[in-house]
Amino acid sequence: MAEAAAHHESPIPYMVQPHPVTGIPNGKFGIWLFLASEVMLFGALFSSYVLIRTGAPHWPPEGGLTSEIVNVPLGTLNTAVLITSSITMVLSWASCKMGSLPRFKLWMAATIGLASVFLVIKYFEYKHKFDLGHFPSHDNFYAIYFTLTGLHGLHIIGGIIVNTFLLTAGSKMWTTDPEHFTNRVENAGLYWHFVDLVWIFLFPSLYLL
Amino acid sequence: MSETTTHNGHDHAHAGHHELPFWRKYIFSVDHKVIGIQYAVTALFFLLFGFTLMMIMRWQLAYPGQPLPVIGKILGETAMPGGVMAPEFYNQLGAMHGTIMVFLGVVPLAVGGFGNFVVPLQIGAPDMAFPRLNMASYWVFLPGCVLMISSFFFPGGAAQSGWTSYPPLSDIASVGQTVWCFSMVLIITSSLLGSINFIVTIVQLRAKGLSYWRLPFFVHAQLVTAFLLLLAFPPLEAATVMQIMDRVAGTSFFLPSGLVVSGEQLKVAGGGSPLLWQHLFWFLAHPEVYVLILPAMGIVAEVIANNTRKPLWGYRLLVYSVVFLGFMSFVVWAHHMFMTGMGTTMSTFFQTTTMIISIPSVIILTCFIMSLYGGNIRFTTPMLFATAFLPMFAIGGLTGLPLGLTASDIYLHDTFYVIGHFHYVVAPGTLFALFAGVYYWFPKATGKQMNATLGKIHFWTSFVCINFVFMPMFFQGMAGLSRRLYDPTVYAHGRGVQALNVVISLGAWGLGLSQIPFIVNFFMSLKRGARVAENPWNATTLEWAAPSPPGHGNFLTEPVVYREPYEYSVPGHANDYSPQFVEGS
Repeated sequence: MAEAAAHHESPIPYMVQPHPVTGIPNGKFGIWLFLASEVMLFGALFSSYVLIRTGAPHWPPEGGLTSEIVNVPLGTLNTAVLITSSITMVLSWASCKMGSLPRFKLWMAATIGLASVFLVIKYFEYKHKFDLGHFPSHDNFYAIYFTLTGLHGLHIIGGIIVNTFLLTAGSKMWTTDPEHFTNRVENAGLYWHFVDLVWIFLFPSLYLL
Repeated sequence: MSETTTHNGHDHAHAGHHELPFWRKYIFSVDHKVIGIQYAVTALFFLLFGFTLMMIMRWQLAYPGQPLPVIGKILGETAMPGGVMAPEFYNQLGAMHGTIMVFLGVVPLAVGGFGNFVVPLQIGAPDMAFPRLNMASYWVFLPGCVLMISSFFFPGGAAQSGWTSYPPLSDIASVGQTVWCFSMVLIITSSLLGSINFIVTIVQLRAKGLSYWRLPFFVHAQLVTAFLLLLAFPPLEAATVMQIMDRVAGTSFFLPSGLVVSGEQLKVAGGGSPLLWQHLFWFLAHPEVYVLILPAMGIVAEVIANNTRKPLWGYRLLVYSVVFLGFMSFVVWAHHMFMTGMGTTMSTFFQTTTMIISIPSVIILTCFIMSLYGGNIRFTTPMLFATAFLPMFAIGGLTGLPLGLTASDIYLHDTFYVIGHFHYVVAPGTLFALFAGVYYWFPKATGKQMNATLGKIHFWTSFVCINFVFMPMFFQGMAGLSRRLYDPTVYAHGRGVQALNVVISLGAWGLGLSQIPFIVNFFMSLKRGARVAENPWNATTLEWAAPSPPGHGNFLTEPVVYREPYEYSVPGHANDYSPQFVEGS
């Protein structure tokens, strides 16, 4: 293929700087769109939950109360853990804004740590149910419980992977382009808050109602 | 999301050098043009593949129970014992034909192919907003396709519950259905990555002077399409996840209590709802219909304006209509479900919204027809396909109205009438528009012009054959012939229209032969086509400002837009076209 004589240099605009009309750079716009699609994903699952639950003669199907099946204290603890991790996430971004990489690393490590704590607690909750022989196939309560919390758990793992990248190899960008790096932390933060928010909906609707 | 390549602009933007190794330039490329061509070629292959499945299936429909010569032997004893098609294999062909044509063929060609190649060029951008995400989108899509095709080789064969995969049948089908689910998850992920990229690119990366009212209609159509993909696909992903759970983990999301299969009660917890799947599926799949048709309308708009040498009639009306279509497409899904017993209130609501959504479609079609009026039309190959799109899409659209009204749908539902209706929209409608796009933008992508004679042979033979395929289906459907029947002569009312099945099958095989001139033309022009300059069609939009083919970074100088997209035959001008990128009155 014969190339034309000379193409002008053209990096992609608005990768770091905000667009004058929309007021945000490309990455942040992209993450908001991604979250919109995530709302539709979890929205569809929540709607399915509502439909199946309202169609059931009794909920949970095996009788009794939801709060007798799930571990409400552990769920409450996990809610606190995730909310705290959202705060540490904001602090890690604020540290970038204030120009301190060590403080960023501290808060980001705390976020990843709290996310891991969440997963460990979730593991014990799952294990208890498995020990009782309560698998997703047991009845539709367990089907929905494991599908929703499982998908949410996968999102937590995704967040841990992204945040770990930003904490380690990704943070090299701090020396070359601190503004771009700060944007990345902010975008990861938006995602993290969303994952947190999903849990805020999951906890009452699966544990308390 | 934000990991874009800061460096790819200046690594190899310099004259005539190819610093990138072959596999980075043509295989794992981040260049939107290469990715667009990858998508287009993959999709064209799958269109041919999916069509071939149907051509095999048409044998059984035309000559039920008779052995298929030669090919029957090649397909083996499980699929075609003694050369006669097994019912299970017939079901696999049907389900996979639909799935492949929609998800592996038309959408990847219309959005992944044309969207990726044309949109950044038409808005004067150096590339998509997230080039690496774009590459990831293709490389998630391709494994999804390979997985989908591989399902034929699993025990029990490929998915055989129709392209709609309705439970409870799909929940208890063989393992091929699980493979179908997993490959759908990959394809949905790929389309999600693509749609984010399109929206950000169109909103953020337009060239200087390119306001929304100066965007080519094709870009508007792609923008609306991207929103549909972004918001409608996730519910299907949710549904697919639940179907995987039903099949793998033994849950009962879609399985009601007391279900009896082959005389035995199914050992599941029960309490689920098969209708839930239908709601979630059609919540995607109705917007999906507009994903299939909107990019096609965009292509037709470009080709018509260019070949009538006059501005599009009612450009703003077109844009308002396409946006309104996008919104409305989210509230019509249950018109596919009038027969499920969901209640008359629901049916009335969805019948009303369905009638409303037909209005913008008619406006768009009217604008196109008005655009032809008084034009000095050049009947180039793309224009032939674009012109044929108009009556074909009109037939497809208007035959849809009786299906959107509950009273007439009771009779026509799940008959061949439905097959005729939506194939008129998608095959001689969308696919003809996509062919128009291939002929129209081929010179831009390759720097070579496609052969006009072969193009005309391709068009006229396809146009005649395709009507022999789909027109008789309306009569079969009105005679009451059900779709998805393995043997159409099994019921007495089907035997009266069985002769039409022979006509349809001959039409389908003729249509298959009609694609040979296209395939020959495609490869021959690639090698020996006449070389063209940057603007062979004397067009006005921005992609024609870039060299043919455009190098990395697309434009030689940063493009600036001075006028609206379709300023053809402006009075007092020496030329009959005033490109957007040329300054001066």
